[in-house]
Amino acid sequence: MNDIRTIALIAGVLLLLLLVTAVGQFLKRHPDRGIDPAAVRTFNLRIRGWWILCSVLAAAFWLGSTATVTLFGLVSFWALREFITLTPTRKGDHRALFWVFFLFTPLHYVLVGMNRYDIYSVFLPVYATLFVLARSAVAGDYKRFLERTAKIQAGLVVCVYCLSFAPALLELPIATAAAGGRDANFRLLFFLILLVQFADCMQYVWSRVLGQRLVAAAVSSSRTWEGLLGSATSTALLAAVLWWAAPPYQPWQAAVAGLVVAVMGFAGGMTMSAIKRDRGVKDYGTLVVGHGGVLDRIDSICFAAPVFYHMTVLVTGG
Amino acid sequence: MLAPADLSPPPHTQPVSRTALCRLTGLGLAGLARLLAGASARWIASQPDTCQRVYFANHTSHLDALLIWASLPRTVREVTRPVAAKDYWSGGVVRRWLAQEVFDAILIDRTDIKVHQSPVDLMLREAGTNFSLIVFPEGSRSVTGEVGEFKSGLYYLAKKRPDIELIPVHIDNLNRVLPRGEFLPVPLLSCISFGPPLWLERDEAKLDFLARARRAVLSLKE
Repeated sequence: MNDIRTIALIAGVLLLLLLVTAVGQFLKRHPDRGIDPAAVRTFNLRIRGWWILCSVLAAAFWLGSTATVTLFGLVSFWALREFITLTPTRKGDHRALFWVFFLFTPLHYVLVGMNRYDIYSVFLPVYATLFVLARSAVAGDYKRFLERTAKIQAGLVVCVYCLSFAPALLELPIATAAAGGRDANFRLLFFLILLVQFADCMQYVWSRVLGQRLVAAAVSSSRTWEGLLGSATSTALLAAVLWWAAPPYQPWQAAVAGLVVAVMGFAGGMTMSAIKRDRGVKDYGTLVVGHGGVLDRIDSICFAAPVFYHMTVLVTGG
Repeated sequence: MLAPADLSPPPHTQPVSRTALCRLTGLGLAGLARLLAGASARWIASQPDTCQRVYFANHTSHLDALLIWASLPRTVREVTRPVAAKDYWSGGVVRRWLAQEVFDAILIDRTDIKVHQSPVDLMLREAGTNFSLIVFPEGSRSVTGEVGEFKSGLYYLAKKRPDIELIPVHIDNLNRVLPRGEFLPVPLLSCISFGPPLWLERDEAKLDFLARARRAVLSLKE
């Protein structure tokens, strides 16, 4: 952690967090400013969530890449259990689910940690899918068969496969001396998480300020086209300004990456909203106060991570 | 809550002093079960208390009693004894040790019920004036996940000891964690809800009371 860019990034994020915390506390102490107190409370809870997120990430980064991959593995595991809990599976899926949780998910993350892209890129989407289909068929329950197995597969792909591309950034060959050695990979991962969080916030802010046209009123009552456009533009700008933190990126490439990350994050949020609406719930769980479930927090990053990973590969190679 | 004075002296009035190994196993299993079943405990218009109670719950999985026991605060746990089936829990050395030493369970013989030695009498004698009980009034685990009709034991418990608080407990999703007939668990999230206490009303008929108790469990499902 002695690269000047790493220190600058940490200092910047810390300053920003302190600043928003101060604003949040100020608003809390002065309820007479004409701002909705419920909104202030939500704002403060969100800030607390960011502190927790940053502390956990900092600890994992400090412990190294194995710890970080393990952390993401645990997050995937928890998100998947939230996903399957909400998904009505039948008793015939029990054995298949057992192997999904205790064999496929851990093994996938082991492969990610070993940087075996050739295996892990097909392990879940192909082999786990075939296994789930066959195991549920052998269990002898054909009711709503395709529906049940498709749900398990969707959970695996979103919660485990897609999310694992975030820690996979740590294994990309970008750690040149000029980029700052291994620090570069951790900065790249943090860059992605920062952009996703920022895009989420901007989506909310722009929707509140300019929001007119809802994208799909039946799915989400807060996501508007104006919010999406504003969030994509702001995130592209932030990414371009922070290009120095993400080693292989040029400023214009970083801007494109920011834009794509914002759009993918939006897609993730919409997708999870649709699933939640169908199941008639608001949040996936109650682990961190004010942050719903784990899956509510990571839906955007699940969708953005694989695209960002492959963009980075493209930029590095070209 | 005062206990009737004319009760015959219970077998043990103090929480049994168990060996360190048993305590540790109990703590470990409680932690493991809660982790594996992602259990969150909710107290709805109800509070944990060490006063004498009967927790009655829907029965969906082998993990039910363990998880209710694990969801109670430690002080309450020490005075709470699950009621379990003798035919299952005395089969094998490990199971017998777990039931008798670790959970201090009251084992009921389902196959050989005698008139002069009814399960309810046995439960009350073992409970004495200190211990709370965990019972499953359906009698056996439900296959479909629906809550079946309650057997009459709960009514006789309430009739013989009207001073004991009856706490309805609803167990959600545990039948998916470990369904009947499976031995490998799937780590989904489950929820244990404790409701407000109820008592047998004066002149309340048996069937009315059992239906009311069953509704109390179902109402915790939301």
